[in-house]
Amino acid sequence: MTKKTLVSATINGEETEFLCEPQQSLLEVLRDGLGLTGTKEGCNDGNCGACSVLLDGRLVNSCLVLAVEIEGRSVVTVEGLAEWPRLHPLQKAFAENDALQCGFCTPGMLIASKALLDRNPHPTEAEIRAWLAGNLCRCTGYDKIVRAVQAASGE
Amino acid sequence: MANNKNFSVIGTRPPRVDAAEKVTGRAKYGSDAQLPGMAYGKVLRSPHAHARIVSIDTHAAESLPGVYAVVTSADLLSAEERAARVAAEDWGFLAACDQTLAHDKVLFAGQPIAAVAARTPTLAEQALALIAVEYEVLPAVVDVLDALRDDAPLLHPGLRTRSLAAPSEQPSNVAVYAQQLKGDPAQGFAEADVIVEREFRSLMVHQGYIEPHVSTAEWNADGKLTIYADTQGLFAVRDQVVWLLRLPMSDVRVTPLEVGGAFGGKNNSYVDVVAALLARKAGRPVKVTMGRADTFLGTGPSSGTVIRLKLGATREGRIMAAQAALYYEVGAYPGSLAGSGAHVMFGPYVFPNAQVDCYDVVVNKPPTASYRAPGGTPATFAMEALVDELAEKLGLDPLDFRLLNSVRNGSEDLDGDLYHHIGGVEVLEAAKAHPHYTAPLAGPNRGRGVAHSYWGNWGARSSCTITVNPDGTVGLVTGSVDITGTRTSVAMQAAEVLGLPLERVKSSVGDTDSIGYSDVSAGSRTTLATGTAAIRAAQDVIAKMSARAATIWEVPAESVTYQNGVFAVAADAEKRFTFAELAAQLPNTGNTVIGVANVDVGEWGASFAAHIVDVEVDPETGKTTLLRYTAVQDVGKAIHPSQVEGQIQGGTVQGIGWALYEGYVYNEAGQMLNANLLDYKLPTALDLPMIDPVLVEVPFPGHPFGVRGVGESPILPPPGAIANAIARATGARMTQLPMTPAHILKQMGKI
Repeated sequence: MTKKTLVSATINGEETEFLCEPQQSLLEVLRDGLGLTGTKEGCNDGNCGACSVLLDGRLVNSCLVLAVEIEGRSVVTVEGLAEWPRLHPLQKAFAENDALQCGFCTPGMLIASKALLDRNPHPTEAEIRAWLAGNLCRCTGYDKIVRAVQAASGE
Repeated sequence: MANNKNFSVIGTRPPRVDAAEKVTGRAKYGSDAQLPGMAYGKVLRSPHAHARIVSIDTHAAESLPGVYAVVTSADLLSAEERAARVAAEDWGFLAACDQTLAHDKVLFAGQPIAAVAARTPTLAEQALALIAVEYEVLPAVVDVLDALRDDAPLLHPGLRTRSLAAPSEQPSNVAVYAQQLKGDPAQGFAEADVIVEREFRSLMVHQGYIEPHVSTAEWNADGKLTIYADTQGLFAVRDQVVWLLRLPMSDVRVTPLEVGGAFGGKNNSYVDVVAALLARKAGRPVKVTMGRADTFLGTGPSSGTVIRLKLGATREGRIMAAQAALYYEVGAYPGSLAGSGAHVMFGPYVFPNAQVDCYDVVVNKPPTASYRAPGGTPATFAMEALVDELAEKLGLDPLDFRLLNSVRNGSEDLDGDLYHHIGGVEVLEAAKAHPHYTAPLAGPNRGRGVAHSYWGNWGARSSCTITVNPDGTVGLVTGSVDITGTRTSVAMQAAEVLGLPLERVKSSVGDTDSIGYSDVSAGSRTTLATGTAAIRAAQDVIAKMSARAATIWEVPAESVTYQNGVFAVAADAEKRFTFAELAAQLPNTGNTVIGVANVDVGEWGASFAAHIVDVEVDPETGKTTLLRYTAVQDVGKAIHPSQVEGQIQGGTVQGIGWALYEGYVYNEAGQMLNANLLDYKLPTALDLPMIDPVLVEVPFPGHPFGVRGVGESPILPPPGAIANAIARATGARMTQLPMTPAHILKQMGKI
């Protein structure tokens, strides 16, 4: 059995310590270890974006990050978006614009959209489409997702 | 009710009832199930497309610390039980067992061989690698036409072709053969002035739901089994588990969790029985999760096809005759999809004379499953591409040609059945009137294409209960899994009947112990059939509350009316209860009331769709860019217009993926070469323009509000519409899906 490593990180603004095996992905630890199941697994090889999280503010696929790599760093997942009970403007826009069906890609889409708006508060449609190209949605055809991001950006 | 235009809930666009849970990441999907002491299950799959299993050695895997259980087909069926089933010629049962855990033979690469439950997913993977399987590899047949050859390897030596005639004398890879004949096709072609003919091909494609299949099984100490399922049908899972594990129905409770996409692919149960077997052997709950490769290899895609089609029309543009042969891969086990394809492709137009031959063919690939309008998309592609070519040869506008030949109320289909209450012509006319159709399309290498489609839809069985709470709110429970927003669209129908705002109707999905039988959420049936159940249950609530009011007021029950949210007696203005006031009286006047409905909806309305697309094709690379897309569809009555638009947009984009990007790629040995989301490309936001949905409302009179199914239709037209746009842009006709840059350049004569 592989010996576990103690990792300290800030997750959704909270100082967190956890034990993990060296081969475990951040995605596996978030979901199975920390109970943060809002982050989803669709492919486990970086091609669907369902596991998107922010790592020190940067958009990453958490299936491609080793859990031990987040030592001393900051992670934001979908559970950290709302300032409960107030939804994040993106969450509100997704709900109001019907930008989800099954909802499985939604956490990743929200995180990716936040990463976009943090850098570019008023993106064009083309910029939104390019930025979200790493997040697959099979239900919506993306139309209402793009419109929700536009609504949240105030465009 | 259909004539009542003053709806208060129907036709509005409230946030879906599951929106808050889903945007906050709190919604619990099948893959989010966590139970105390739960182990993680993984499945070992055959790397070979066709092989005899000589031996399976699981000892090393079982000895690995942290491994709780290893199961093979012997855990599903003992040697004695198998012998008894063989003696009884119970081939359907044995085939279902073999697809769960293969016994002596594998028929496709990806077929399950064994499964492991371990303390962690990593340990389970390590244990799989320790299972030693010895195979005797057999020749595989991968292509549908190769499988028809006399010297083709036989997948099932006992398989005789099923048709209207007696089963074939010789074993064959053709599982089903069907022929439809109408009129005199030879005479029809003789009367035609223009005849076009082509062969079209398409590859297997996957539904591409983002959440892979998962199942969590837990046996209670009393021998009862609970399954937390990822499925389109809680009762479908229960029935599969009960059938294969030979349990009483009352011993199995299936609780559906949220489903991360399905599109027909989760009508079937793939890992529920395996999870139950592992959990029983391990003595603890087990969650079996498929990976993405498992999903491509071990679940049911849609058929690859070869379709030969010939059409003839008069100079004036009247279609006189059609001849078609449809060859559908059904995968490794017998199934039937070609007939559905034929029904769909011949649905939009009048064919006075036609001959259609349908072949469902087994090949060494995954057994196919439903995918949004099952069987229809490649067939509609063939028909729409050839109809377009015919219109072009006749010098007719493509929509005018379609309108001239469109089915109308009273038209006969190929079976001689008559169309009723359809909106095909209305859809074509709306497409023609849309500004997109006449907008200028300037620039080189650009073209505009249209396509039209027919889909039959479905009704079937649904159940609903509505419980009245003392504060005037109600709890609505159905047996229909909600993947697309049906908790909302069903509750809206109940709210309309009850005269309540939607916020007072709590809508949820029950489990198999708590709600009556309901068919799978599939076939565009849920808003129609489960909506009908909700309407009837709401009417039952009103009838029971009216009776209670009559008891309280000591008046005859029939004198109580319910209108605009008020129970009243016409003759006595004093006798008046709002819904909430009467609800508050229920606990002390004989207990609450529950409205109940169990329905089997036997009538449903077909749906037509016409799409318009503008493309630009790069003449050097063959890359196609979509510039503008309009999707017109007859939706009956849109209960929640945003959700209907979402169905149209999402279905259209799946059709675009089928048209341009998607397809299973195999080597000659029958191994899939692109079982991942990098090499099997799904459309991304970057590949698409906005999809403009146009809702045409021709009410279906069999539903109180006029609902028609809307989910499946939109996947049908995109390949034909895009092919026709590419033809206008390049002058070359497309004959294959996906229409890759290589295919486009080849058809253009450039490579």
